[in-house]
Formats: sequence, structure tokens, C-alpha cells
Amino acid sequence: MPVPHDVRASLAFLAPWEFSPLVLALCAGAALLYARGLRRLPAGERPGIGRRLAFFAGWLLVYFVMQTRWDYWSQHMFFIHRIQHLVLHHLGPFLVALAQPLPVLARGLPRGMEEGVFRPLWRSRPMRIGYRLLQNWLVAPVLFVGLIFFWLTPSIHFPAMLNDRLYQVMNWSMLLDGLLFWALMLDPRTRSQGALIGLGPRIFLLLGASLPQIYIGARIGLATHELYDVYSVCGRAWPINALEDQSLGGLVTWIPAGMMHMLGVLVLLAHWMHADGEARAGSAAQRLA
Amino acid sequence: MKLFLAALGACLALAACAKGDGKWRTKDVDGLVRPLEFELTDDAGRQVNAQDYRGKTVLLYFGYTSCPDECPTTMSKLALALKQTRNRGAGDVVLFVTVDPQRDSATRLRQYTRAFGPRFVGLRGTPQELVALSKRYRISYSYGEPDKDGDYEVMHSTGVFVFDGTGRSRLLVLPNDSADAIAADLDRIAG
Repeated sequence: MPVPHDVRASLAFLAPWEFSPLVLALCAGAALLYARGLRRLPAGERPGIGRRLAFFAGWLLVYFVMQTRWDYWSQHMFFIHRIQHLVLHHLGPFLVALAQPLPVLARGLPRGMEEGVFRPLWRSRPMRIGYRLLQNWLVAPVLFVGLIFFWLTPSIHFPAMLNDRLYQVMNWSMLLDGLLFWALMLDPRTRSQGALIGLGPRIFLLLGASLPQIYIGARIGLATHELYDVYSVCGRAWPINALEDQSLGGLVTWIPAGMMHMLGVLVLLAHWMHADGEARAGSAAQRLA
Repeated sequence: MKLFLAALGACLALAACAKGDGKWRTKDVDGLVRPLEFELTDDAGRQVNAQDYRGKTVLLYFGYTSCPDECPTTMSKLALALKQTRNRGAGDVVLFVTVDPQRDSATRLRQYTRAFGPRFVGLRGTPQELVALSKRYRISYSYGEPDKDGDYEVMHSTGVFVFDGTGRSRLLVLPNDSADAIAADLDRIAG
């Protein structure tokens, strides 16, 4: 039976533009591990449907922007590239962190691997020091914002779009930093419950980190000359004016990115009220006793 | 994490390299773009590949013969630049790859490239060969809607990739670079 044209076109769209075994391994590995963990957890300990969906949606989005034809468009259209980075640095990791997946993922690991490999590795000194350093209250937001500014520096953006390895490093650095940042920021625990930074200070950090992004997004969006000529030099994916493309890209960097930070603040406020409610209930119970 | 930081360090270094030492007058992209490699058909109908042009400085440009302004401007500038080099372009070849093989027959391509001089060669590929090449050089092209006569515009890259005799990428000539600048840099590559 012949395959209809639009089905073939959609399949071609979903096929990897430049296949990366590493992206496939990470996204599929995370999904499989999580699914296995869910199956092995007792029914009462499983996270709700919302958190499960958040986890799978986060990785699906990451896979989509890194491996389908979306990646081709990202290489040849500035505003699509900005949406790709919005997913890699904000939306995808945000959803994954919202799912608080670590207990499920740990349960998904074969027992020998968890106890023999991951736990010792996680508790090893260099790992702990490295993690604490990257998740320091000052280092984490500076790294988060710094990476955006770094890759958007025109003299760095040019070679990154021209060289395939540098392009990979750029996208991976955004994804890994996004996962670190949102895991740190959206931790539901308070400082006394073991979070690295308290809920209140994190609200200030989230708001503070959104300001430079609004600045750079607005600066690009409102610029009246071409800042990123690499897209003209290499050709755009479809006919669109260079400045129009650039303005759209600036808007994507400015508004949805800022909104993700506001959403983060809302999530933290919800955690805070929850923690507060628990503390009150605890002290009331103590008084009663 | 260490790997991540190492990678970050590596790109800082690369970015520093990409800026070059300031002596080049067109864009220095030494080793940044993948080495010259392709399988195409030339305007005489011969199957050719990158090996056939080893030993020459290759200027690789993507365009189409019905292009109203961009391509003729760039091609004339390249022709002028070749005349200004020390050995008048003897060691150079301009490969003009058409991104519109449907309209650009071998004959049409040959007529077009010959008009710019003997160092100009037109190349055509099957859609698959063209896609492979565009992936390798990270360039894009797209077709506009045909008008009532069936004519359509093609959006394409504007840069000219320059490779040395070993096929290593050296320069990217941008639309604003002058013929003088191109000639000076070609002489510098020739040594």
C-alpha cells in the first residue's frame, strides 16, 4: 500500500536531521528508567499523574528540538534557534524538575547499580564539591544567565552556528545547565529540610536572573541592524526578512523566558505555603500532645 | 561536570581562535568548517569530487543562474579578485553549486560560469547530493512561490567558503568584503 504524501512528510519531519546517539540515549534512557521506577514503586509512593506527565513531556520536548527537523530550522532561523534554546534551557528542564523525579529514577536503576555505582559516585568528595560549587547561590544564576549572554555574543554565535561540534557543545551546555538550575530552584524542600538554598532567597534569585534576560531579549528585539549575520551568510530556512527574524528571536528571549521565571516563583510560593501549612499542623499537633 | 567545564573552556578557546589574529581581511574560519568533500556533476557532465581540485585554492559558492542580483554581484567580485591575485587566479578555482538544478541545466550552467572566466566551474547535484552538501556546510536554501510564468526566487546562502590546496577550510567571504580584500587573502593562502 503506498504511503500518503503527508504521512511521509510528517515522518521525514520527525526523522533526526543530524542523528545523535547521545541525545537518543539520554532522552530514551531517562524515560525508560522512570517508567521502570514507576512500575517498581508501591502504588502509594508513586507521584501523581501531573508530575509523571511533566517528566515525559520535558524529555519529549528536549528530544523534539534537538533531533527532528526542528533542529534544521534552528540552524537556519534565528527565532527558531531561540525557541530551541528556550526549550533546552527553560521549558524542558523546568518540567523535568517540576516532576521531582529522583526517587523514581533511583528506584528504576537495577539495585546493584544504584548501590554499587551511583550512590558511591554521588557521595564521593569531588562529585559533592563540584555539585555544591555549581549549585552555589551566586554561581548557579550567574552561570545560567552567563551562558545565554555567552552564546549570544555575535563573535561567538557565528562560529557556533558554523561548526557542528561547537553547535553540539552549545546545545548540550544549555540543556545541562538548565537541568542543574531548575533542579536547584524548584526543590520543594525548605532550607531546614535539606534544600541547598531557602525558598525565600530562591524567589529573589529567580526574579533577579530574569532581569538580564529581559535586557538582552529587548536589546536584540529592538535592534535596528543585523547582529547575527551568520543566518544570512548560510541562508535562512524560509523567506523572511533578517531584521524580522531577529526581532522575533529577541521577543522569544525576552517574554517567554521571563514568564518561565515568574512561573518558577509561583511554584516556589506554592511550596512555601505547603511547607508553612505542614509546620503549623506540626506545632498544633505538638501543643495538643 | 568536569567534562562540561572542559567543553566550555574548549569553546572559549575556539571562539578566541575564530576571531583570528586580525591580519585576514575576510572572515578567518580556519578549520571551523568541515574539510572540502563532495560528489557532484560538473557543467561538462563529468562526475567530480573534492580530490579533483586538490592543490588549488577552492572558492565554494551556492547560487542559481536566474538569481537577479546577489549571485552576479558576488561572481563578478570573485572574478575581479582572481585577476588581482599575484598569479592571476592560476592556482584558484571557483565552484558554483546551483541550488536550483531543476532550471539550471548543465548547458545553462556552463554558459553562466564561463561568462565570469576560465576559473569558474558550475556544479550540479541530485536532490540527495545537494542535501548532503548543505548539511555538511550548514547552509540552507528555499524556494519562493512561482509567479504566473513559473518563475520563482530562491533564497540561499551568501557566503563564499574558501578552502586551501589540502581541502582545509580557511576563510568565509561575506557579502561586504571587497575584491581587494579577497585577492590579498587568496595571495596569503597561496603563500
